[in-house]
Amino acid sequence: MLGFVIQRLLQAFIVMMVISFLVFVGVYAIGNPIDVLISPDADQRIREMVIRQYGLDLPIWQQYLGFLKRLVTGDLGRSFVFNMPVLELILSRLPATLELTLAAVLGATLLGVPLGMYAGYKPDGFVSRLIMVISILGFSVPTFWVGLVLILAFAVTLGWLPAGGRGDTVTVFGVPWSFLTLDGWRHLLLPALNLALFKFAMMVRLARAGTREVMLTDTVKFARAAGESEFTILSRHVLRLIAIPLVTVFGLEFSSTLAFAVVTETIFSWPGIGKLIIDSISSLDRPVMVAYLMLVSFLFIMINFLVDIAYAALDPRMRVRRA
Amino acid sequence: MDQPLARIWAEFRENRVAVAALLVVVLIGVIALFAPLIAPQDPYDLAKLVLMDARRPPGYVGSGGYTHILGTDAQGRDLFSAILYGLRISIQIGVLAGMVALTFGAILGASAAYFGGRIEAFIMRIVDLQLSFPAILLALMLSALLGKGMMQLVAALVTAQYAYFARTAHGAASVERGKDYVEAALSTPLPARTVVFRHILPNCLPPLIVVATVQIANSIALEATLSFLGLGLPPTEPSLGMLISNGFQYMLSGRYWISIYPGIALIALIVAINLVGDQVRDQLNPRLKR
Repeated sequence: MLGFVIQRLLQAFIVMMVISFLVFVGVYAIGNPIDVLISPDADQRIREMVIRQYGLDLPIWQQYLGFLKRLVTGDLGRSFVFNMPVLELILSRLPATLELTLAAVLGATLLGVPLGMYAGYKPDGFVSRLIMVISILGFSVPTFWVGLVLILAFAVTLGWLPAGGRGDTVTVFGVPWSFLTLDGWRHLLLPALNLALFKFAMMVRLARAGTREVMLTDTVKFARAAGESEFTILSRHVLRLIAIPLVTVFGLEFSSTLAFAVVTETIFSWPGIGKLIIDSISSLDRPVMVAYLMLVSFLFIMINFLVDIAYAALDPRMRVRRA
Repeated sequence: MDQPLARIWAEFRENRVAVAALLVVVLIGVIALFAPLIAPQDPYDLAKLVLMDARRPPGYVGSGGYTHILGTDAQGRDLFSAILYGLRISIQIGVLAGMVALTFGAILGASAAYFGGRIEAFIMRIVDLQLSFPAILLALMLSALLGKGMMQLVAALVTAQYAYFARTAHGAASVERGKDYVEAALSTPLPARTVVFRHILPNCLPPLIVVATVQIANSIALEATLSFLGLGLPPTEPSLGMLISNGFQYMLSGRYWISIYPGIALIALIVAINLVGDQVRDQLNPRLKR
């Protein structure tokens, strides 16, 4: 197990290095690195000072080492637009994104798994077909379009819910949260629904396929012979047997939802890191772009690493095969 | 029941939803192909746009003397024409990105299966890693780094999607690699290139075609998403995503048609392609045969 962990850690490290190299090449070598570090309206004296300070007159490999060193020490530069350290800026926006993502993934799982199990239990029923139609739509219709329709229906036409923003927040440990107020929930509902639809569709499919397979096994036959009710069979035995893939997907999907939040946050003006990166790209705020790409990649690789480890802990075969 | 294609079509015809979806795909394709003949206005000719006609509701008779059946957008474009031309761009990009990704991924996956050993492990490890990254994050990263433009967009879409083809081709090619006809081909002095391209790849095509249909739909959706976020094409020749994005700001004041109609065209296209792809995949999946 230790060997497996070390191997995976090494791999995560290599991937992180490759990504840092790509971002370095993309932003520093192709673009003009001076634009990344100082705002366009700085005068000549400051420009020369920064060029020397960041070693832009050095050979390219030394510049890359310098870039890595600044990454490790957390010095990601200052945002031109917000005029504050980029790391601080991103960390201040992160809670909003986490809140939205968590609400979406949890909602999708809590709704999607029971509905998917029902659709797998009675595959030919009318309700099951309806569930599957929704799930197919959730898969093929782009997230941004669902967001638009939700706004048009619930905010513009019906006027029930607000179309954007975070609403009232309560500050806990110096971080504002929306989910602690009623107004916050009203603002959270539509974006969370929007972001959840794709995950919901996926959970329904997985749970349905798993349930259909497990219902044919001896486990279910014996449970029925023992006189257990259908509900007990589904909730005690079937759920337990289909849980492992669901848990894995839950973990992996959580990180991809972080990336998808870009779309939802833009539509609903949700002030998280997704909206931040889109705003930064359009205002060419490059330090923020670099920092976002590095941070999200890092989060992503960490989550993948943890899921791998959790999987290996649950399933010993994985350790033998991969290590 | 002798010809494989006839057999596939006979089975396909039994699913009425899939047949309807195929009809929709063909219809949209034809409409997009002949857009200049059907559209009442050339939406890219800025000289023909009249600002007085801007943001008019469906059914408005504009200064051109004809009815704007789907209304006009913020620049006074006839939306029906803009949607037809937008479909052209979306389909072009989707098909181009899908085909390039198919070619690149299939060669990579088949080569990995052919060479085996370390080369295979190396290539497939990269593919696995890339598959674990969400396509939108990769596309976002590349669009941010490469900038705007048709080629940049296609490059971003290809990078985000070739891995699916590589994995499918690798799986199919690994199976073919062990079969006798490949062994026979290998025992002749044919170069490796010929064996991969002439013998192994043609037999991997069916699953690759299924992945290609789904991936073309995904490319179109991804392109629309990127355009909606302002990372896609330059706004002079709007794709469907750009049209939707342009209309978004007017939606809150009730001018729904600028965003909604391009969106419906987009959804119809994507859902229809997916339904066709689903049916073909089910037909080719031996595990569902009872």
